[in-house]
Amino acid sequence: MTMPLWQGIATVLAVVAGTILTRFIPFWLFPESKEPPRTVTYLGKVLPYAMGGLLIVYSLRTTNVLAGSHGVPELIALLITVGLHVWKRSMLLSIAAGTISYMLLVQLVF
Amino acid sequence: MWTMTEHSTKNRDGATPAEGTRGARLAALKAALPLTAPICFGFLFLGGSYGILMGTKGFSFVWPMCMALFIFAGSMEFVTVNLLLSAFNPVAAFLLAFMVNARHLFYGLSMLGRFKGLGWKRPFLIYGMCDETFAVNVSTPVPKGVDRGWFYLWVTWLNQAYWVAGATLGGLVGSHLPFSTEGLDFVLTALFVVIFLDQWLASQRPGHVAGMLGVLVSAAALVFLGPDRFMVPAMVVMLVLFLVLRPWLDDMKTDADAVNRNQGVQGGEQ
Repeated sequence: MTMPLWQGIATVLAVVAGTILTRFIPFWLFPESKEPPRTVTYLGKVLPYAMGGLLIVYSLRTTNVLAGSHGVPELIALLITVGLHVWKRSMLLSIAAGTISYMLLVQLVF
Repeated sequence: MWTMTEHSTKNRDGATPAEGTRGARLAALKAALPLTAPICFGFLFLGGSYGILMGTKGFSFVWPMCMALFIFAGSMEFVTVNLLLSAFNPVAAFLLAFMVNARHLFYGLSMLGRFKGLGWKRPFLIYGMCDETFAVNVSTPVPKGVDRGWFYLWVTWLNQAYWVAGATLGGLVGSHLPFSTEGLDFVLTALFVVIFLDQWLASQRPGHVAGMLGVLVSAAALVFLGPDRFMVPAMVVMLVLFLVLRPWLDDMKTDADAVNRNQGVQGGEQ
């Protein structure tokens, strides 16, 4: 680190503050004592599904489908995960099988 | 009439061990532990890589340990390593952290009802709400006879402990792992996919529409804007779409209502 220690700590604290704000703001805007507006309640109902979709895309965001292995290992591992989960409905089994097949694919095949 | 979120509110009745007792805490821990097992692997690995990265840049393990504990937002911690190596600019660091983590705003809106009436546990639940903790807590029906607050809190604290442990170990070990872990980070993708599937299978048409919108809007934004700046625009577009589609997606039975009916009346769990 090139900056002095206090500047490093201040940088980390600034990041902590920015992160904490994103987590607490909704709860400050709509405290428990007050019933949130109907629109907010509605958003609280649909957003979990949409955020689930966003997180999948987010976790795959650095996959390049135009170069390298063209996202083929990701696709195969996804199909294994989804197929096993629809079939067996066992969270640990689906995740373990998907991850191990992905590791094998990127380390041995592609 | 269909309801989208019955899975999150069923299986609760009054026959729980007295709240706050050792039995209640243990029962909640037992319910939470297996659900966080895949996150344990993912976090020991990802937190470990983060710790190793900081180690190779010349930082003591104290840095990744403290940053893991206090920032507790994985991708932002990786970004912060670069901030620490460039010119001092705390205002930019603050704004960047806010933008990168803006998705938490939507997590909060989703959890308003579920965190209601949880007293002293609530600030810890909000502070520790990372992607994985949110995904588990928002999608898992609290098992029958298990205290809701303690269940959420164990999921939150276990995940945070895995992450801090991973970052600290990574900082200590450096890059001397005896085997190749390439591809292990897929464990978190698989976790998100499985959680998404579980939500999908337990929901009906409005949930399916909302889930598909989440995937399609995010994917489109990623294609057009790239991995570093797609998230905030994607969330804005989703927000607009959900407001436009409200007449088709909204029904009067809501999560918050159901949670209040089943749980809120007990109040004061602290």
